[in-house]
Amino acid sequence: MTTTLVAEVVIEPESNVAPVVMPETPVPVATDVTFRIRRYQPDFDEEPHWVDYTVALYPTDRVLTALEKIKGEQDGSLTFRRSCAHGICGSDAMRINGRNRLACKTLVKDIDISKPITVEAIKGLPLEKDLVVDMEPFFAAYRQVLPFLIPEGHEPTKERIQSAEDRARFDDTTKCILCAACTTSCPVFWTNEQYFGPAAIVAAHRFIFDSRDAGANARLEVLNDKEGVWRCRTTFNCTDACPRGIEITKAIAEVKQALIFRRI
Amino acid sequence: MQTHEFDVIIVGAGGAGMRAALESSTRARTAVLTKLYPTRSHTGAAQGGMCAALANVEEDNWEWHTFDTVKGGDYLVDQDAAEIMCKEAIDAVLDLEKMGLPFNRTPEGRIDQRRFGGHTRNHGEAAVRRSCYAADRTGHMILQTLYQSCIKEGVEFYNEFYVLDILLNEETGEPVAAGVVAYELATGEIHLFKAKSIIFATGGFGKVFKTTSNAHTLTGDGMGIIWRKGLPLEDMEFYQFHPTGLAGLGVLLTEGARGEGGILRNAAGERFMERVAPTIKDLAPRDMIARAMVQEVREGRGAGPHKDYVYLDLTHLPKEQIESKLPDITEFSRTYLGVDPVTELVPVFPTAHYAMGGIPTNVETEVLRDNVNIVPGLYAAGEVACVSVHGANRLGTNSLLDINVFGKRAGIAAANYANSVSHVELPRDSQAQTIALVEQLRSSTGGERVAPLRRALQETMDMNAQVYRTEVTLKQALIDVQGLRERYKNVSIQDKGTRYNTDLLEAIELGFLLDLAEVLVVSALERKESRGGHAREDYPARDDVNFMRHTMATRKIDAQGQEYVHLDYKPVSVTNYQPMERKY
Repeated sequence: MTTTLVAEVVIEPESNVAPVVMPETPVPVATDVTFRIRRYQPDFDEEPHWVDYTVALYPTDRVLTALEKIKGEQDGSLTFRRSCAHGICGSDAMRINGRNRLACKTLVKDIDISKPITVEAIKGLPLEKDLVVDMEPFFAAYRQVLPFLIPEGHEPTKERIQSAEDRARFDDTTKCILCAACTTSCPVFWTNEQYFGPAAIVAAHRFIFDSRDAGANARLEVLNDKEGVWRCRTTFNCTDACPRGIEITKAIAEVKQALIFRRI
Repeated sequence: MQTHEFDVIIVGAGGAGMRAALESSTRARTAVLTKLYPTRSHTGAAQGGMCAALANVEEDNWEWHTFDTVKGGDYLVDQDAAEIMCKEAIDAVLDLEKMGLPFNRTPEGRIDQRRFGGHTRNHGEAAVRRSCYAADRTGHMILQTLYQSCIKEGVEFYNEFYVLDILLNEETGEPVAAGVVAYELATGEIHLFKAKSIIFATGGFGKVFKTTSNAHTLTGDGMGIIWRKGLPLEDMEFYQFHPTGLAGLGVLLTEGARGEGGILRNAAGERFMERVAPTIKDLAPRDMIARAMVQEVREGRGAGPHKDYVYLDLTHLPKEQIESKLPDITEFSRTYLGVDPVTELVPVFPTAHYAMGGIPTNVETEVLRDNVNIVPGLYAAGEVACVSVHGANRLGTNSLLDINVFGKRAGIAAANYANSVSHVELPRDSQAQTIALVEQLRSSTGGERVAPLRRALQETMDMNAQVYRTEVTLKQALIDVQGLRERYKNVSIQDKGTRYNTDLLEAIELGFLLDLAEVLVVSALERKESRGGHAREDYPARDDVNFMRHTMATRKIDAQGQEYVHLDYKPVSVTNYQPMERKY
């Protein structure tokens, strides 16, 4: 892909700020990119099948942009979920070139476009149509780990006091957007739907390690189940898949530790 | 077709809908109907914080917050409503903390607070630290915390149920809420929900614009349904353009970045807000900053190959502060523009962000059918509603506050009302209109497609009804929108299936967007002044004599059977603050 570079701009701020060098600004060029999408129309198809579509895209376009263009210009029946389009709502997790990613956070420039880009629904949840799966089993597992604050004692008049260090203890797991990229990348989940899956354990972690919460034992009891946290085989797929960069395998390990020692 | 019966139906599961559900479900049998899974709602995209005069880090009080809200809204705010919001803000924040929201903390372990645009100490003396926040994902944490609390309380959700119509019983000659009609996305089935109370909490309609921070799903469905029922919409010309969208993309970068010390600069590196708002500079309200940015570009001081944006400069802030207080926007800049805010200037330009107008309500969140009378049993809260606490320009963080304060009020009021009345009869053939709408679209063989019509709508709105407007541009927008409405009559879809038919969904959404765009443009044409987010270059001054009043737009049918936008006006509620010149 060719890019033309525009001259560097040097900014001289007027006051007490060091000079800043602007990045080179490439002038974008659109390229034809082929997507191989696994289609399934339950009203008409017996089985899922692959269909190729070619669209002109800029390097900074997202895979979601490509799907929108295909739906808008080529085949309105192509079906996928999307909402915010910048990686915060968790609607558009899908398998792109065999890896779970958010379509809105995957840029054309970051994938190999020399061969068709495969796009298919996330695995392990019932396929409903094209890139849409039934999310209900995923949310059911989430609900089981008691994902809400269970306080004890009298309610304070103002806020509960929590130190910045205590707040930082569970910061990472508060970032979860419930996109299911982790759970549906987990080989244990693929073969055993009863397994809670990483996202539910992340939700449990977020509360178990919150100093304001007193429900850890109840949650640990749930996760001590034979389909609970012990099923994790530490393959790190979940951590690799997380679009929010949560250290999921570490969180699961911390929950396992808490179970072994029954202390937080 | 399935029929369901509830005391309270809540339409929408963002912040306002779920906050309402938490109150309503403990008092009355409640169901939440939502087009999306609740956690996908756009409340989750809000970043910077939620203001409340907790005074945890410096002196503050709710009266100062009220004044800032009124002045920020360019004196179109209903002052009684703003007083309620700012007073109840304190409990609203504490409620969320008690539900478990992980706010950032002070060294003493209290909820931390930071500066935000237009929020000042003692009526404008200096910026004040009023915004309670959780890094730059406060909206995400609010949405998650409310959803988690809904799970705890066992709130009943109907996920991916798209409400297409509201049913009103008019036997007494006056409309009374009776139920809603919904389309189940998974099956294509129509469901009828009888209810004593209905709360609309469906959010905004940012998708009328091309460059927007709004989600694809923000298509004004709730406002559109109300409009088609012949009920009024208030102040629809007031649309907020957030100053710092990622240039060319519109992805939101929080005002909290400037609250943490970020500075806007033009291509020459000049801090241009010093010229416009000498006291609070980059923390001036959004409307003023958006206009200043457009002005920089128009006068040739824009940056980039096309000189069409300005810069947000965070490079003087410590890396640690940027990465801990602003991690998400740092990542957005890196991911979507390949720019690292720690060392580089971030290209930004205004992005369509928030509807100040919407369904008119009183402070009890009851929906008005004219300037005085309510529709019994019908409530609205959040961006879909116009109370009006935001007037002509909303202050940053006041939307997260609005959804919590008025969401809670709606839940309580709707449940109390439901517990005091019996179900009213549904009108005959309740579902007929919705079935006709769906079947017409599914069977149409017309030659128009959704995507090109939507693009044309968004392009004319960006070109002609954005930060600056004139009679000429607005008339052009009106001609374009009316032309697109004609073409929309021939729209057809390719997906003829019943299950997850998002082709059909998008066609219906486009219909709402077209209706609302016309209301926005007609309301804007008739407001011959500049106030807050509505900047008319041909009428650059605020005109309190003729226009310190709310626009009330209603759909009417003329003698030839043609529908048109009828405009009326409603007085502003003034309690303590007489309009003054707006300087910062």
